[in-house]
Parts: sequence; C-alpha cells; structure tokens
Amino acid sequence: MRLTDQEKAMLDGSEGPGKQKAMDLLVRYGEALGAERFVDVTNIAGVPGSSTMFLQNYYKEHGGGSFEDVFSRFDLDSDESVPFPQVGGNCCHLQGGMDPELWREQGMSREAFEHQQQDEAEVERHGIKVLKTCTPYLAGNMPAFGEHCAWMESSAVVFCNSVVGARTNTEGRESTSAAMLTGKIPDWGFHRDERRRGTHLIQVDVPVESVMDWGMLGYFIGDAVQENIPVVTGKLGPPDLIRHKHFGAAAASSGGVEMYHIIGSTPEAPSLDAALGSNKPKEIIYYGPEERRRVYESLNSNGRDLNVDYVMLGCPHASVEQIGEAARLLAGRKIRSGSSLWLFTSRAVKSVADLHGYTKTIRDAGGLVMTDTCSAIGRMLPQGTKVVALDSAKQVHYLPAMMGIEAWFGSTEDCIQAALTGRWAGEL
Amino acid sequence: MMITLRGRKVVGGCAEGEALVTHDTISGWGGIDPMTGTVIETHHELRGVSFKDKVLVFPGAKGSSGWSAAFHLARIAGFAPKAMIFNVMTTKIALGAVVTRAPAVTDLDQDPLTVIETGDWVKVDGDRGVVEVTKKSPL
Repeated sequence: MRLTDQEKAMLDGSEGPGKQKAMDLLVRYGEALGAERFVDVTNIAGVPGSSTMFLQNYYKEHGGGSFEDVFSRFDLDSDESVPFPQVGGNCCHLQGGMDPELWREQGMSREAFEHQQQDEAEVERHGIKVLKTCTPYLAGNMPAFGEHCAWMESSAVVFCNSVVGARTNTEGRESTSAAMLTGKIPDWGFHRDERRRGTHLIQVDVPVESVMDWGMLGYFIGDAVQENIPVVTGKLGPPDLIRHKHFGAAAASSGGVEMYHIIGSTPEAPSLDAALGSNKPKEIIYYGPEERRRVYESLNSNGRDLNVDYVMLGCPHASVEQIGEAARLLAGRKIRSGSSLWLFTSRAVKSVADLHGYTKTIRDAGGLVMTDTCSAIGRMLPQGTKVVALDSAKQVHYLPAMMGIEAWFGSTEDCIQAALTGRWAGEL
Repeated sequence: MMITLRGRKVVGGCAEGEALVTHDTISGWGGIDPMTGTVIETHHELRGVSFKDKVLVFPGAKGSSGWSAAFHLARIAGFAPKAMIFNVMTTKIALGAVVTRAPAVTDLDQDPLTVIETGDWVKVDGDRGVVEVTKKSPL
C-alpha cells in the first residue's frame, strides 16, 4: 500500500501507540484486500471495546481485563495493551448486548449488566455516541450522499450504500475500531465508482407491496446473487424506509448483498443505464409467484409445532411507525398467558414511542418494548421458548440456528395474532 | 501425487493440515459457533462439522459483519482453522483472515474447490501464495 506522510507518521508511532496499532492492523487488512491506498472516512459505526464475559475473563488471564486491554488486544488485534485516545470524526456505537432496564427479564446477571454499564461509560468518555442500535440511520446518525463511511452491521451497510448513496464496505469490529482512531479505511470496493454499478438484473413479476413481501424478495435475491449487486425492476411499489430496511437486511443475510439498485427509486439508479454503468448483467433472474411461494416455504422450514410461545419483533430495530402498528394491533387485548412478545428498537426511537403511549399500550397487553439488542445479538429468549414467530427474514435466518428453536415467518399481524392466541395461523 | 497451485498472499506464514472443503459460502457471526469451531447455519453442507485445525477451503464469506469477530473469537478460544484458501475476496474474509492470523491465499491459478477434496493433505505457504495438495486417493 502507498501511504501518505500523515499515514506513515501514524504507522511509525509519532502520533502515539493507539494510532500505531490501529494503523498496523489497517495496513495488514488493506494488503489482504489488495488495496493500494486509504480513503479518509468521516462517519464510523462499530462496536468498540464491548466484551462478553468470555472475552473479559479470557483477557484477564492474557494481558488484562480492562476496557483498554480488550480494545487493544481484540479490537486492534494488538499483542500489547496501549492507551485508547479520544476518537476523531463522527463515531457511534451500534447494538449492544442487553436492555439497560429490562436486563433481568432478558435473563442477564447483575455482573454482566454492571460490566456492560462500565463498557458504555468508557465508550461515551472516548467521544463515541452511544446509539446502541442496528439502525443508526433512525437514531441520530444519517450519512450524507457520497460520504465515505466505515460501518459494520450488514443491514445498516446495505442501507447506507443503497438508500442513502453514502459509501461503505461491510467493515468488522476490528476495522471500525481502528478507523475511529485513524479516520482511515482501505480505498477498496464500495468506496470506488466502478464497484457500485449493478451486476445482476432481477425481473419481478409478482406484486411486492407489504413489508413481508419486501423481506421475502430480499431473501430470494440474496440467495440468488450472493455478494453481487442486484438491479431490481418490475412490479414494485416504491418502497418506503421500512420496506428498504427489511429488504436489505434479508438480502444481506441469505447472501452478502452490500448494495442494490431499484430503478427510479434508489439514488444511484435514475435509469437502468445509470444503475448498470458499463456492466452487462451477468444474469437475468426472474421472481414470480412460484419463486415467492418457494422463498416463503424456505423461511418456514424451521417450523413444525403450531404452538407459539414467543413473538419477536424489531429486526432490524423497529421504527416509530412499526411500534405504533404493534400498539394498534395489541390495544385493549391480552397476550396469551404463557406467551411472550418482545419488540426491539433503539433508545432514540423508544423515547418517541413512549411519548405517543405505544410502549404503555404494548406493556398493558403483556408485551415489552426493549432497546439496544435483540434475541440473536444478546442470545436471549424468554425462559422455556421452543417456538418463535418472526416478521423478519433476517431473524429467521439466524435465530433458530443459533438458539436451537423452531421458527415461523409471517407478517407483523400474523405474529401478533400468534401472541394473542398462542397458535401460528400465518399463510402466504 | 502432489498438485501445486499458485496465487497471492492474503495472510503470511506457513501451515499444513487436512483439507475441509465446502462449495457453500460461510457465514461468520450466526453461521459458526466460535466456541466449538463448528458450522451451525441451517442449510449449510458443513452444518455440525468442525473446522478446528483444518485447512478450510471455501468460496468466500457471506452474511453478518461480525464475520471477523466470530473467527477472531474462534482463534482465541482455540478452535480456528490452520489455514484458509478461498476464491472471492470481500472485506469480511480479508479482515477475518487477518485477525484469525492463519496463513491465507486467494486468486489461485486453478479452482481450489475443484482440485482439493476433503481429506487431502494441504500445505499453505501464505507469503509465496503457494498451495501444495497431496491427494488422499489417486486421481
């Protein structure tokens, strides 16, 4: 890699050992990619310094268990602990491991809770915004068109590139932490114009309207194109933010989609020619009623028992409108005894839901609005959960495999019905 | 018999071991259990199989941005693969390979997914980008 004088100074330690270790990691990473230089990034979203009990205990025996030790040795992949300077630029912390108030309900220990509080205080003290969400764009960090970013969280990355037109690769914990100290990331992939053009054409020949429809289409496309860039055209109502959120999250889970174009809707796709640039589509993929039915069946292949004991909503973290919809469906009703409904969102969005009375309505029905995390990230379920109902294709992809439970996929309304009756009755 | 493949360094160093080959891309966070080094993804052809101490041969990475952290955890928990050989470069696999600190190569002159089978003995020289394959059974 060719480094500027400023980058060389960071690498040789002139700007302190923290930036030196960060630069060392970024150079190894850039060389692995085959990148030739760095690009300056002004907006960085990661999970700096967070540690599970396993990590903390491991590092207690291998160099030290403080926040700085974990940040140095895990985040910067350093063999020694170094001081953690203030970060530069606009940096935020994405999702965390537990709700700051409802951690007991989530089955977390006081020890784990107190440890998380300490981590959070360190994050805040170093100049990183505590957003604690997979949807930073709904909680106070919306990049500008064309802005170079270093984000992790695959559903946020695909949103950032596709819907906003800002530029980021799918970064990881180590690269975002290093970028927070240096303001640099390898100039590779989606930072470059040529990588942002579409590669595969998706012809949609069945109406795609509801949030559930968009989730299924995303799940189908991710599986079909893997890490390529789909250009979607056909029978599509213009998607709103919630539909984009579910579509992109699903495509990033079943495949590795980091950017997509919807002709006439996303900012870099005013026309088919603009979306493709000089690329000729490698493949034209058809999505019709049969494909739609197959993806629905695939998303429901983990379900056998129709008795549902847990409903999880808010993957990716719910918007205010989605919480309002759940509140409307639950108003004046009661979740079946023995069932649980947990809805996940960010602290910023929850404060608005509180203001509107949505949180109280959901609680009065027996459900809980939780922040910071989700069942997959926090690896937590209501006690005794065997069968979950989900309205997110992404969550269906992960949760049953991670937690060894059965899962049903359907609309938000199907899921709330299951919470009220204890039975799954969803249909395509 | 021995087959030599040439490509480019992703992570330097030398290692050898038994090959574990999959034609499915691998998901890191949520796709493997770092505490056992096992693939857990529902529809994956290696579901339930451990890659600990294997030379992992795969098309590339997919899924969550927690890819690197999952393999990083597997490394410190003692369940990392010995080396990695893959076809499609992404930021997930590049960063993941760097923090796994296992020799890794890509851009090989023959498709490793065709040449290498599970059970073959494979030597990876990360710095030179060279892979030597000893077939477990004659071709």
